[in-house]
Amino acid sequence: MSDDFRIGIDVGGTNTDAVVLDSHDRIRAWTKAPTTTDVSSGIHAAISAVLAELGDQASHVRRVMLGTTHATNAILERRGLGRVAAVRIGAPATTSVPPLTGWPADLRAAACPAATVVRGGYLVDGHPLAPFDRDAVAAFLESVAGEIDAVAVTGMFSPAFRDQELETAEIAAKVLGSHVPVTMSHELGSLGLIERENAAVLNASLYAVAGDVTRSLGQALADHGLDVTCYFAQNDGTLMAVDHAERYPVLTIGSGPANSIRGAAYLSGLDDAIVVDVGGTSSDFGVLRNGFPRESALAANIGGVSTNFRMPDVLAVAIGGGTILSGTPESPVVGPQSVGYRIRERGLVFGGDTPTLTDAAVAAGRTEIAGHRLSSRKHGELFSAALRESDRCLADAIDSVALGRHDKYLVAVGGGAFLVPDDLDGAARVVRPDHGQVANAVGAAIALASGWWETIVPTGEGRRRAVDEACDVARQRAVHAGAMPDGVEIVEIVEVPLSYLPKPSVRLSVKAAGPLARL
Amino acid sequence: MQRVQQIDLETLDALGRGCAVLGTGGGGDVGAPLIAAAHAIRTRGPVPVVQLSDLPADGLIAPLSGIGAPTVGVEMLPGEGEAVRLRAEAERFMGRPLSAIMSSEIGGSNGVEPVLWASLLGLPIVDADGMGRAFPEVQMVSMNVAGLPVNVVIVADLVGNVTTIQPLDGEWSERIARAACVAGGASALMADYVITAEQAAGAVIEGSISLAVDLGRATVGAADPLEALQARLDARALITGKIVDIERETGGGFVRGSVVIEELGGTGRLIRVEIQNENLVVFEDGEVLASVPDLISIIDTQSALAISTESLRYGQRVTALAWPCHPLWRSERGLSIAGPRAFGYAIDYTPVEKIGTPVV
Repeated sequence: MSDDFRIGIDVGGTNTDAVVLDSHDRIRAWTKAPTTTDVSSGIHAAISAVLAELGDQASHVRRVMLGTTHATNAILERRGLGRVAAVRIGAPATTSVPPLTGWPADLRAAACPAATVVRGGYLVDGHPLAPFDRDAVAAFLESVAGEIDAVAVTGMFSPAFRDQELETAEIAAKVLGSHVPVTMSHELGSLGLIERENAAVLNASLYAVAGDVTRSLGQALADHGLDVTCYFAQNDGTLMAVDHAERYPVLTIGSGPANSIRGAAYLSGLDDAIVVDVGGTSSDFGVLRNGFPRESALAANIGGVSTNFRMPDVLAVAIGGGTILSGTPESPVVGPQSVGYRIRERGLVFGGDTPTLTDAAVAAGRTEIAGHRLSSRKHGELFSAALRESDRCLADAIDSVALGRHDKYLVAVGGGAFLVPDDLDGAARVVRPDHGQVANAVGAAIALASGWWETIVPTGEGRRRAVDEACDVARQRAVHAGAMPDGVEIVEIVEVPLSYLPKPSVRLSVKAAGPLARL
Repeated sequence: MQRVQQIDLETLDALGRGCAVLGTGGGGDVGAPLIAAAHAIRTRGPVPVVQLSDLPADGLIAPLSGIGAPTVGVEMLPGEGEAVRLRAEAERFMGRPLSAIMSSEIGGSNGVEPVLWASLLGLPIVDADGMGRAFPEVQMVSMNVAGLPVNVVIVADLVGNVTTIQPLDGEWSERIARAACVAGGASALMADYVITAEQAAGAVIEGSISLAVDLGRATVGAADPLEALQARLDARALITGKIVDIERETGGGFVRGSVVIEELGGTGRLIRVEIQNENLVVFEDGEVLASVPDLISIIDTQSALAISTESLRYGQRVTALAWPCHPLWRSERGLSIAGPRAFGYAIDYTPVEKIGTPVV
């Protein structure tokens, strides 16, 4: 096992980071380089850099974990999206809001040329709404054959009753052929028809992008002579195997913040803490609870489309290393503009002409930058005032994410972590782990594989059995995502009581996670 | 206040904001109904709004509302048929056509959804409602307060069933309508009463749609949206501060709990808002600052957007506003139906404008 090295790669908006961990999770090599417009060549370069550092130990690498923005970029730029036929099972209900209502017109045109609502679906108690109209599904799919690349199906109350979505996938295989992939909404999201349907359609439109990513990663690995197993990071800070990522590409969106929170947890050895990842333009605050990122209760908006993904609850404030300072010492203006990745051209300490928070931190002795000094004391008072303002913003953010509890450690990671003072209101202590600047890549490398399941179960009699069944499904899904069957544990069970129902019921969601299976 | 003539896309957005304010924390989220109503307007054009006085004395009005579990509503979106089926039954029962529909409850989602129903039916909406705010139960409507006997309740579920009820009184309306709603999937469309324009005068709260739109418009683009909102409502700001504690539990069909707001500026002042779906009573040091049926809304201090009870979060910067309810609710019968004691609070009602000295 001593040669079981793995590479964690995180493609961020500003930087692409990579680290190599050995079988004892020690860091053997790392790199941080600007993200390229062509994301794949940046990944290629990052792999080259860490392999070069490893030298002849490069052959010990057995796995690669990738957190990437390919899917996000494809949606934001409407590029490389597949054409999806959207099927909703829910008439005569739901028709007042047809599929894709509220989508930006250009995204809709690119991703979903055809949609229908057929009769069927279930009431909350499992009683059928209407007889399932299989013929309408078949007729619709026949009418769009050849014009679409994938299918997304969403049934009313499918998270609890999924058989009609499964049947739709079978009909699609018959009508369109099994090469046309189908996203079933119950595999992706929870209750909330519009958001789950949006997630399913986005997922179906990303199959081609997912294929491109896995191919180009495979190519990059082959170019370096690596024969390894690959995993993709997802938005809850866990990993999925390549075949899983190819089926659920939309889950790779939001993996960056999750990775940095998990990486910070690992590097600091803490399970419960506040994490701040300070970059060039922003500081992203997250909460680490039982070793995983706390998830947001609000709908995630991706490219103008509202979805119900399980995204990390991240509070971003405009405080970063490149944040531009102006105003006067009496009323300093801190950002929100930033010089971003051009800090090394424009920051005063690098000989540029723009006062930034990095310059203020250097002036205050919070950091040193090898080979560079501030040439004048000109902005001294502005710098002090700006740092006070920056510290206040950071303290406010901690207060918000910590829900008023001031006993939590703050783990500061990212390239701009030096902006965080050692003594900050709201934090019991500030922890700065080694290699914090590549915490996100570390997070990808050490992540567990996970599975998740959500359904509605009755309270009282039958509840125990229903909970056990949901746990089994979550465990199986974790194993399918790449976890070691013996190592899978249930890490979270959330029950939310539902009001005004015929039978008292709860919405149950279960998450299972475990270390990756041995190779 | 300018009377709204029709709901187009611009007016709809303002209506949504205003209905959220009048929802006093409850009434359901306006987000999904706004999407449905906008789609209806884009498909079939703006929806006309009429005053009671525009209708013939015997013109029939159906006060409509969606009833059911909010958790079901996010999955079981409205169809296009239930409004049509309900109208057909209402016209069969009354023996003649409807002239207009009305919102039973202007606060929250039920203030916005009538735009969808009116669009589907090709009928105008009356500029009025049955609450002037949001309340959790069927009998808490102004028609009941005014003593109109319930002639009929019609529940049209999303499956296709229509249930017609001739209840003894408002409380039986609630009990039987709720049962029909639950059997049909726990989300349904309901007409509670069908009344003539003549009966409606004095028994409904007029100008509700114009008020909601006016509130929404006042806050958009204002230099100080909160101040603009407060001025339009002639509301008292009970406190401007930060949410420091929230307790919430769901049970028996209700969200119950309380929220504590601490005044900004280190004064140490705290108020507690008691919640049962809606914001019902505000206490400071054991003294009542405001209580139901007066309206109490927790407003985002910066944007002046109302925050629903489900969306309250620790740390939000908010202002609690309170303002007088419609005089109908202050009558003896009004208070017995929806005063503090109707919600289990052992306090007597005092009009908000008469409590203590003005705080701000």
